[in-house]
Amino acid sequence: MRRVVVTGLGMVTPLGGGVEVTWRRLVAGQSGASKVTAFDVSDLACRIACSIPLGDGSDGTYDPDAWMEPKEQRKVDPFIVYAMAAAGQALDDAGWHPTAYEDQIATGVMIGSGIGGIGGIYDASVTLYEKGPRRISPFFIPGRIINLASGQVSIAHGLKGPNHAVVTACSTGAHAIGDAARLVALGDADVMLAGGAESPINRLSLGGFAACRALSTGFNDEPTRASRPYDKDRDGFVMGEGAGVVVLEEYEHAVARGAKIYAEVVGYGLSGDAYHITSPSPDGDGAYRSMKAAVKRAGIDPGEIDYINAHGTSTPLGDELELKAVERLIGDAAKTPATPVAMSSTKSATGHLLGAAGAIEAIFSILAIRDQVVPPTLNLDNPSVETALNLVPFEAQRRKVDIVLSNSFGFGGTNASLILRRVG
Amino acid sequence: MSDIAERVKKIVVEHLGVEPEKVTEGANFIDDLGADSLDTVELVMAFEEEFNVEIPDDAAETIQTVGDAIKFLEKNSG
Repeated sequence: MRRVVVTGLGMVTPLGGGVEVTWRRLVAGQSGASKVTAFDVSDLACRIACSIPLGDGSDGTYDPDAWMEPKEQRKVDPFIVYAMAAAGQALDDAGWHPTAYEDQIATGVMIGSGIGGIGGIYDASVTLYEKGPRRISPFFIPGRIINLASGQVSIAHGLKGPNHAVVTACSTGAHAIGDAARLVALGDADVMLAGGAESPINRLSLGGFAACRALSTGFNDEPTRASRPYDKDRDGFVMGEGAGVVVLEEYEHAVARGAKIYAEVVGYGLSGDAYHITSPSPDGDGAYRSMKAAVKRAGIDPGEIDYINAHGTSTPLGDELELKAVERLIGDAAKTPATPVAMSSTKSATGHLLGAAGAIEAIFSILAIRDQVVPPTLNLDNPSVETALNLVPFEAQRRKVDIVLSNSFGFGGTNASLILRRVG
Repeated sequence: MSDIAERVKKIVVEHLGVEPEKVTEGANFIDDLGADSLDTVELVMAFEEEFNVEIPDDAAETIQTVGDAIKFLEKNSG
């Protein structure tokens, strides 16, 4: 199969409106969590979230008008605008703006979402109930369905290759990057824009995830302390919003045009738990097999992994199961690593971006390779279990980072692992 | 300019994001103001809402310019 490298990055996150500002704040140990003030939360169990800092683009804020005309934004849910922003940034970063027909048909898009336009579906339901079907906007459906992130991006940039969208809950972003890399490896496209986008901060989503007992409810007065993966006081995840998109490119194609190469996608593994709709399998076997498959595909020894960007959502069950699965994986290593593998959960700072999580975390993994630094796990006051792994508490650490594993696990028992490697 | 014409033009400017000067009575929504077929559906809905009238589909199809909308609403609203 052909080699696939990453040549462009784009993101909008609770830490900022772009890649570098997000990364700088992440490495500095800042949290994106705050009390929700945009709508009434007084009757909700969880009243906090990690919201994108809106603004005019200065001081790291996110300016949606820079990426989509206001009259077009009005027709779509925010997840599509986030996808447009992240995709536009990634294409600019890669210096890839195909205008020749041959280049356009060789460039595709695979941007997914976990729950898509659920906010707009709620609003339209209210309109239907109060005013009847004649008042439903013609833009209701094309502004809410998940594949319209890929659709809008392709239309805006003239990308006529494969146009696809992943929907695998919290594994969406990782699956999108892995699947899109396969399309490039197999020759269905030379370039793919891949990632995830999510805009879940609304009453319906907060109420729904709280009903599944997935959200943190004990830190409503101290939002920045709420996302605390591996800590004994963790009580659920904190919802985040945003998008992450990468440009994946066939290696020779990237070299031929002199593109900057961030990393190579060397491994991708997938598995299913076949256990429960929301709970991870108690033996962690699905997580283990996902990582194992990625390691096998990468042709590496597990002991060679320098950094693991964990799924680590700060839920009571999931964090420890993933930790045990990672210990089992590292236990398989033929070579003992010189220094203990570093594993952190960046969700401690960004919150959980659901379908966008795997994409922004793949980007963090790539930047860890670029800068030889691993981002921290915030709020790790008292780890709930002992582990030989270095969980990178509170502060970023400088270290050798050549090979990174990024995990994503979703509702329905859907697991994805990516392995990224330094090139050259 | 009539009150109805003012209100129609305001809706067109808001929904299509065009400069007010371009919204003349002869302006065709699709050819001159950049609307697509879904935009015109939404415009008709906005007229219905603003003027509290029902515009049947066969009548909606005849509303292709700003002037068409003003004429229809002058005849059928209030």
